[in-house]
Amino acid sequence: MLAWKIGGDQGEGIDSTGDIVIHAANRLGYYIYGYKSFSSRIKGGHTNYKVLMANRPVSAGTRHTDILIALNQETITLNGEEMNGGIIVADAAYSPTLPPNTHAMLVSLGLTKMAKEAGSVVMRNMIAAGASAALLGFPLEVLAQYVAKRFQSKGSGIVEANRAALHSGYQAMLQETARLPRLPSLGSPSPGNRLVLTGNDATCLGALAAGCRIMSGYPITPATDIMESLTKYFPLVGGTVLQMEDELASITAAIGAGFAGARSMTATSGPGLSLMQEAIGLASMTETPVVIVDTQRAGPSTGMPTKSEQSDLLALIYGGHGEAPRIVISPSSVEETFEDAYEAFNLAEHFQTPVIIATDLSLALWQQTVERRTIDGPHVPIDRGELYLSQDLSGTSSFQRYAFTADGISPRTLPGTPQGQFLATGVEHAPGGKVSEDPENRRQMMDKRLTKILGIHALRAPLRYEGPVDAEVVLLGIGSTVGINKEAQILLEKEGISTAVAWLRTLAPFPGSECQNLLAQARHIVVVEQNATAQIAHLLKTAGIFDPRYHSLTRYDGVPFLPEDVVRESRNLLTQLEVKH
Amino acid sequence: MATLSDFKTQEKSWWCPGCGDFGVLAALEKALVEVGAQPSTTAIIAGIGCSGKIGNYINSYNLHVTHGRTLPAAMGIKLANRNLTVLAVGGDGDAYAIGMGHFMHALRRNVNLTYIVMDNHVYGLTKGQTSPTSEMGFHTKTSPEGSIDQPVHPLMLAVAGGATFVAQGFSSWQPQLARLIVQGITHPGFALINVISPCVSYNRVNTYEWYKKTLVNLDEDPNYKPSSRAQALSLLEEKDELVTGLIFQQPSRPYEELIPGFTKDPLSQQIGPIDQELWEHILDQFE
Repeated sequence: MLAWKIGGDQGEGIDSTGDIVIHAANRLGYYIYGYKSFSSRIKGGHTNYKVLMANRPVSAGTRHTDILIALNQETITLNGEEMNGGIIVADAAYSPTLPPNTHAMLVSLGLTKMAKEAGSVVMRNMIAAGASAALLGFPLEVLAQYVAKRFQSKGSGIVEANRAALHSGYQAMLQETARLPRLPSLGSPSPGNRLVLTGNDATCLGALAAGCRIMSGYPITPATDIMESLTKYFPLVGGTVLQMEDELASITAAIGAGFAGARSMTATSGPGLSLMQEAIGLASMTETPVVIVDTQRAGPSTGMPTKSEQSDLLALIYGGHGEAPRIVISPSSVEETFEDAYEAFNLAEHFQTPVIIATDLSLALWQQTVERRTIDGPHVPIDRGELYLSQDLSGTSSFQRYAFTADGISPRTLPGTPQGQFLATGVEHAPGGKVSEDPENRRQMMDKRLTKILGIHALRAPLRYEGPVDAEVVLLGIGSTVGINKEAQILLEKEGISTAVAWLRTLAPFPGSECQNLLAQARHIVVVEQNATAQIAHLLKTAGIFDPRYHSLTRYDGVPFLPEDVVRESRNLLTQLEVKH
Repeated sequence: MATLSDFKTQEKSWWCPGCGDFGVLAALEKALVEVGAQPSTTAIIAGIGCSGKIGNYINSYNLHVTHGRTLPAAMGIKLANRNLTVLAVGGDGDAYAIGMGHFMHALRRNVNLTYIVMDNHVYGLTKGQTSPTSEMGFHTKTSPEGSIDQPVHPLMLAVAGGATFVAQGFSSWQPQLARLIVQGITHPGFALINVISPCVSYNRVNTYEWYKKTLVNLDEDPNYKPSSRAQALSLLEEKDELVTGLIFQQPSRPYEELIPGFTKDPLSQQIGPIDQELWEHILDQFE
């Protein structure tokens, strides 16, 4: 594996440089994991983009960096400690210096000078991309092709200028390579048909494939990409994104559309989710399908908008007043995000209830390599649930929308269906839909809504497990921590510790007995989650299965776990237990 | 062709005897019949409060939402199925207090739907508190010394906010109210019809008698032309909004027709496998 990073001020083209390196690596047959450190501001302030490349799938970040492209001195100062004998490429324009105890070779290149020669100082990042290609041993043409595609809408002049800049950077770096230290080998590439996707991309693709045609939302980090991408895709298929005045309107418009038979969604993060809670109750009570994506970030209140956290879980499951059952699912990779996104629409219509997809900032925003065949939109299953058409209603005097049934699911009608009219109300209601305060009806209606969703575990595996069934350590997580656990699993196995990785896919209704069965043979279970109050552990305790084999590992400083953290904690845990025995 | 009885339900009303809301319901039913709507092609989205109970008393597809959120729900329904006649219905608290944000943005968006506000200047269902349209000095349990809040002026706000159709009716003046609702439904855009609907239990100031003496009927003024925003504003200012009739209307093209690439067909019919070629085209950008 090789770790490349570029750093500079926000607004200096850091993102596009990272994207170029990522797509070049992908096209050459390497797997990538690309992630950023950024702040809630438009310009200025340090930002960096790190890309891991390997000839096997990569699913989490690392501590060390092999190649650091430093567009300013601050980048060297802030990131120098990650270096472990690699190379720092710096712009001669600011007379870079290497802080003491930085284990790297500093290569000063005239990035600004070359950019000006190529036409504009803004192309400094393109010079850096060219230099990176030389260091990585990538053919320049692969980068040039991607750049041509990316900038084609800006005209051939821009494309040519960027190509020239890439070339200058490449040539300048080549002249230095003889004196440089050896970098870790990337190994031989394994060419394939692969895509580079973020979780948010996968969410959009899943929604699109499922037939979602209305997304109503309000911009919020880190969910905004979903609105923006669907704004591009929906006109191709007759749908629309509605930018609403707030999150109350966003979810309520989606519920209205769901009531009228559309597949509709909204996407938000913590602060927006808080506003959506009242309408989640409405959708639960009126048994109206709607899909809500929560890309979790550090809370509470405004919290840390650009930092990842998994701290909305209990709010997603229990939030809002009263007891409003809903389905909460949690994808743990980009591929699963696609799968869960289309499945959410099936579940929402099948169970006639709000379905929340809980992702987190790391999963939502960071780029990963996926096999193209796994993102198979035209062949996703579509389940619209029990829908009555006019022929099903002929002869009925009044349609009982909330009829009591064996599985709690009552067939529904869509507006426009003759004789299917009904009242959907957030007030407690009788099977016919009209308001009722009858105690027996109330009890039955509550039970109906609470129990109908239990059928979900038969429709989708509530957990997944990779590794030996009798593993010494099982790393249990959700969302982006699962990728981290998978990297930790590789490291622990190297140390001779038999390790498995398990993850929860359905959080509500909570699959307590399924979890217990799956982990029956595990010797030690480490529950890894990015929040302060160990919310998954809380759910396991509530389900009565958090026995002494379980251990909790939390982190809530805004920084994702590194695989090394999980390895260290697991190793310490085993050592302590050995001492005790 | 649907008749009045097709829109009626068997439900016994929870409204107080003499409530203005009976008149609003009656006029709404007449209007629906007149425009040729069917119960199955009519969607009524109601808010919270006495007015919000209307969904129990009318046979159509009804969605009774959270307090103040009728307009976003109505927008979602209309965009999901443009063949439906969509009406949002609520009270003055629902519209101009908790739902004020949505109201202003609904004006901007001009989705083809009709908004009927049953305005009684008081919070009735919670048994008598000031509402956003209560007059200054109005005595309630939450303003025992008289309200010190300026009332909102919903009609002026609507005209200034970009509305393409603004009218006010009175629940007692049935033919005019039914006609205004018909006009609102047939207007190709967002139509606000504020309806004076007196509360007989908690508003002893703004009574039927008071309104009959005070309201100016624009139908009787041949010189008033509802096509000028400036004239509408000046009239509303001059009469303190105490008028009935069509106040403002301008040619309108609804929001849903402005959305690029948006289908005219019900979205429920759009759910099926996505085209393979389009899919590959979309995926290509991630290579």
